[in-house]
Amino acid sequence: MLELITNNEILAAIVALLGLAAAFGALLGFAAERFKVEGDPVVEKIDALLPQTQCGQCGYPGCRPYAEAISQGDEINKCPPGGDTTIAALADLLGREPKPLDGEAQDIPKVAYIHEDECIGCTKCIQACPVDAILGAARHMHTVIESECTGCDLCVDPCPVDCIDMLPRQRTPDEWYWPLPDGPGHRPTSVTPTLIATDRVSAIGQGAGHG
Amino acid sequence: MAKAFDFPGGIHPPQRKALSTRTPLIQAALPTHVVLPMDQHIGNPAEPCVEIGQRVRTGERVALAQGMISADVHASITGTVTAIEEHPIPHPSQGKRLCVVIERDPNGDDDWCRMPPLDWRHADEDTLLERLRHSGVVGLGGAGFPTQIKARVRELHAIDTLLVNAAECEPYITADDLTLRTYPDDVIEGAQLFARLCGAERILIGIEDNKPEAVEALNESLRRHAEDSVPIELKIIATRYPSGGEKQLIKRLLNREVPSHGLPADVGVLCHNPGTLRAAVRAVRDGEPLISRVVTLTGEALARPGNVEARLGTSMHELLNAAGLKEDELARLVMGGPMMGFALDTTALPLAKTTNCLIAATEHELPAPPKEQPCIRCAACEQVCPASLLPQQLYWFAKAREHDKAELFNLFDCIECGACSYVCPSHIPLVQYYQAAKGEIRERRREAHKAEHARHRFEFRQARLAHEAAEKEAKRQARAQAASRVAARTAQPSRQEPRGEDAATAKEQVKQLRIAQAAAKAALRKAEKALARASEAGEGELDDLEVQVATARENLQATEARLAAAQKDEQQGEPRQ
Ligand code: SF4
Ligand code: SF4
Ligand code: SF4
Ligand code: SF4
Repeated sequence: MLELITNNEILAAIVALLGLAAAFGALLGFAAERFKVEGDPVVEKIDALLPQTQCGQCGYPGCRPYAEAISQGDEINKCPPGGDTTIAALADLLGREPKPLDGEAQDIPKVAYIHEDECIGCTKCIQACPVDAILGAARHMHTVIESECTGCDLCVDPCPVDCIDMLPRQRTPDEWYWPLPDGPGHRPTSVTPTLIATDRVSAIGQGAGHG
Repeated sequence: MAKAFDFPGGIHPPQRKALSTRTPLIQAALPTHVVLPMDQHIGNPAEPCVEIGQRVRTGERVALAQGMISADVHASITGTVTAIEEHPIPHPSQGKRLCVVIERDPNGDDDWCRMPPLDWRHADEDTLLERLRHSGVVGLGGAGFPTQIKARVRELHAIDTLLVNAAECEPYITADDLTLRTYPDDVIEGAQLFARLCGAERILIGIEDNKPEAVEALNESLRRHAEDSVPIELKIIATRYPSGGEKQLIKRLLNREVPSHGLPADVGVLCHNPGTLRAAVRAVRDGEPLISRVVTLTGEALARPGNVEARLGTSMHELLNAAGLKEDELARLVMGGPMMGFALDTTALPLAKTTNCLIAATEHELPAPPKEQPCIRCAACEQVCPASLLPQQLYWFAKAREHDKAELFNLFDCIECGACSYVCPSHIPLVQYYQAAKGEIRERRREAHKAEHARHRFEFRQARLAHEAAEKEAKRQARAQAASRVAARTAQPSRQEPRGEDAATAKEQVKQLRIAQAAAKAALRKAEKALARASEAGEGELDDLEVQVATARENLQATEARLAAAQKDEQQGEPRQ
């Protein structure tokens, strides 16, 4: 047998390749087992579409658990912070029918605000905040890092002295933008070019040949 | 290069520049108080660094730049800080922003606090960049981009041409024109300074042919500066709106196309406005930070229109009154030009670094815009678009909120010049549609980024909690074992059998935890590498990556704590076997 193989070049090549394939296959199998990364691509994709407010209004302790539940067949309309946009995106991803939101839609983005003079420093809000957006130590006043707060509401109830309010998130001038015009039949709310309407008439009248 | 190339489209609106060029540039009277907004530039607002009641001198810094893209703010008069509060600022949102208010000394002195003068021809580059960083200079053409960042362009791009954008193509505005007529030497020196900083081999000045006086002044100054290191060439182009768009001017003068989503630096060009160059050279040569600017005061509701150099933070009301504002004739106040500017509700606003022009227009001059009519698909808009876009298509996409399609049709290449709206026979405010669409797209990106960030923070917290729980559990076990050992010594147990099973599961557990530990280590290494790469390249969301590294570290510590506990368990079991 060995002789046959060594004498026949083609057979030798095949055997060598088979051997290599088996060795690498085993190695790959071992690596896959050894360095298995947790995570399911579908869950990742669903999670990426959720607003990450981590508020638990969907009935799960955070967005990721809800993403897992959706991948197991739960409804896609349980996330109020995401609203219709998220439902539409999820329906698109999963090929399901979009459904009306189960619950009350959120109107405007909010952030938590702690009335620091009333805060007794009990740390209950810190424990409730899912994104570590509250700073403070025991018996010292607490404050919210506005840029980190997702507006999830979870810190409001635990506060024993009711010193946390949810206020509308302020927009910086950089974030401000012109709203879409009202459409035909309305006067534009912005300023520009139609402003010099009279100029245009005269410019066209002069054959637009202005120097 | 003798031949001028051309950009597509463009329009010829009436100039109306003569209104404000008849009188020479004058110095505005020193204001009795100034209101200095913390964001007069693109990027993060500055943070006040003075206290109420503090006395400040002209040129003293009152607010510090925050983060990468930001600019300092300096006191523009000598006096006392009387308030640091929200105040209306000139912005299309008509919103309020944090401002530092300074009341001028009753004796009226203008006591300067200058930085030491620098000889920019010989000072080393870092000193110059540092100086620009502390002088609060931003693009004075209207955009307000911090100048020191543009000065660092060399770090990422090779620049061969410095382009002085003196086209000033928008009707009414003459601030650059008057700056060039009055201070041609400063502008040219500023151009030389920037040519040195960015390594340009030549300087081009692009100017429209409707400014013969400025051209004359420049030519004279060039003769005086004939021996300067970097050759300067003056290019006069025919007047057409919007030849002052960066991309349009580059195409026109150099026949280079700035790529979609690209910057002039991508084709080896750096653009600067003459006013900015003058401000930069004053900051370096004279040690004077940016505390004043040239502003065009024009419109038919003014008795004495013209250009003034005024201290930043001066009330527009004061400036307009000094120019003879006829309040009963004022129908509309516009900041910027009539094509790209925006209307202001009130004159009780401070002059900002980006205020290049104020138009006090009568009803007859700038009537209220007519009602929007349906698009008749005449394609007039397409013929005038200087960016070769399809404005009509963009309009439909913006209206229907089909943002993906709008982006596909290069919405973000629109320079918002307003040429399309200007010619649209249906009076459609096209630019506002594009601005709204861009705003919605940017907001969506911001939200997505915020969500991503919140997810990482959430994961970090989960990992931290797991780590804490694991450590607590390990400690509890250690205590329990110590207790059971004591118990075992006192009363010899006969628990040999279950021990064997325990040991087997303990071994299995240790094995699994080892695997988890290896995975956690790999994840940490990966996160650290990503962070290192991002901080080296200076891009990406560093804080987000830092959170991810911290998460990976917590995860690793949690598994290590569990592993250590399990190993102890195992060792405990073994000797008894
Ligand atoms: S309701 Fe939405 S935002 Fe809140 S935890 Fe559930 S998925 Fe996240
Ligand atoms: S601060 Fe309050 S509202 Fe904001 S994320 Fe934390 S728990 Fe939610
Ligand atoms: S110019 Fe106005 S009416 Fe004509 S195609 Fe463009 S948007 Fe429509
Ligand atoms: S505003 Fe935009 S779409 Fe309209 S002409 Fe100018 S660049 Fe083209």
